[in-house]
Amino acid sequence: MPSRSTTYGTGLRGLSIATLVVIAAALTMVFYYAPLDADQGFIQKIFYIHVPLAIVSLLGFVFGGLMAVGYLLTGDRRWDMRSYVAIHLSLIFGIGALVTGSIWAKASWGHWWVWSEPTLVSFLIVVLLFCTYQPLRFSIEDPERQSRYASVFAIVAGAFVPLNFIAVRLAQQYVHPRVLTLTGGNLPGSMMLTFLVSLIGIAMLFATLWKYEMASKNARSQVRRLRRTLLGDDALAPAGRSAAPS
Amino acid sequence: MRTALVLLRKDLRLELRTLETVPAMVLLALVTFIVFHFGLDRDTIAGQEAAGVLVATLLFAAMLGVNRLFVAEREQGGFDAFLLAPVDRSAMLLAKAAGLFIFLAALEVVAVPAFGLFLLGPSLAPPLPGLIAVLALADLAIAVIGTLVSAIAIHTRARDLIGPVIGLPLLLPALIATARAAGPLLRFTHAAGAPPGKWLAVLALYDLVFALLAYAVFDFLLED
Repeated sequence: MPSRSTTYGTGLRGLSIATLVVIAAALTMVFYYAPLDADQGFIQKIFYIHVPLAIVSLLGFVFGGLMAVGYLLTGDRRWDMRSYVAIHLSLIFGIGALVTGSIWAKASWGHWWVWSEPTLVSFLIVVLLFCTYQPLRFSIEDPERQSRYASVFAIVAGAFVPLNFIAVRLAQQYVHPRVLTLTGGNLPGSMMLTFLVSLIGIAMLFATLWKYEMASKNARSQVRRLRRTLLGDDALAPAGRSAAPS
Repeated sequence: MRTALVLLRKDLRLELRTLETVPAMVLLALVTFIVFHFGLDRDTIAGQEAAGVLVATLLFAAMLGVNRLFVAEREQGGFDAFLLAPVDRSAMLLAKAAGLFIFLAALEVVAVPAFGLFLLGPSLAPPLPGLIAVLALADLAIAVIGTLVSAIAIHTRARDLIGPVIGLPLLLPALIATARAAGPLLRFTHAAGAPPGKWLAVLALYDLVFALLAYAVFDFLLED
């Protein structure tokens, strides 16, 4: 561990409050401002949670890959920690997106799962790939090697995200409403605005959780280091094998 | 480049003398065809279905090769010797990927005619040139990603598990493209059709991107 100490707690309170406010605003807009979808009715409102979750989780995976590049370039374990936390949060967001997507699919298409929909399929593949990140880490004992191999994986998998979407999308016809097309996906203005606020809210939630976890992990390792300095090596229980970087 | 050739020759000679990997891959492929025959309860299959069977079988067999790729290096100190030698690390990636590609080609020389014999009704000859092009590109993808994944998995505790678990999702887009490209070829409705160019392009792009990516990160997997 380098001697410079980083605190991730700075600005955490402000960010948390801002996140709460934006998410409350987004929910208010979802239920009271955005019009009911003429076609699907009330269930369409899940869109304002589902799509932002999916987008943020994919961006989080790519972000994890970028942080891993930082680790391989510098060898500083804090980059690995950033990559780890980003990927592990993205995985949770991703599973949330799959579940909400399934509910939406059941309500609007009548099936829990639709193979003809490339966005769903490619998203599932990405989530499955990143599900192997933790087992991979866990099965490497040496912490330095664990960080290195996990970073290689994160970079490859991060680059895989866009490629996978291109390949799967080519394989099938479109069923899904194309929300993120260049033309703006012909959403009416009030829906688009609500969607954007939700997207910002979920992205801020991701950032807040990321900062919280980084602060916690960082504080824990600092406490451990202090205890070792003050009480000697014997006072500390040996670190168990773990998938998380320390 | 010379180092890679030396390593490749070493691997091929090792395989020729021990016959450890390729015969097992071929056997697995043949058994899988039999499983598909009974599982699908069909004497002959065609079109997209046949493409799916072929791709799934080759993938399973390839996974055996991927798992074995670095075992000798790890168990008999090949990694240490390689790291001690003053050579470019990327030579290892090149040699191993080329070796895996050759293993896959050898597998397909037996498995594809066997597939034609066991499961396809009409002759395999008309679609063969197109099929070779598709499979060559698919083999390249499996060789590159397989080498990368195998190099990651070899140092983990559960290496036979980690390899396929990481490798399969990474290969999925290439497999989708392969199956979609091979499907029309095996439909036999029009004589000797060319494989759809779109899928060949996707496969080629996939090969290229992952080759570059593997080249960029492979050094970090060897350093110790």
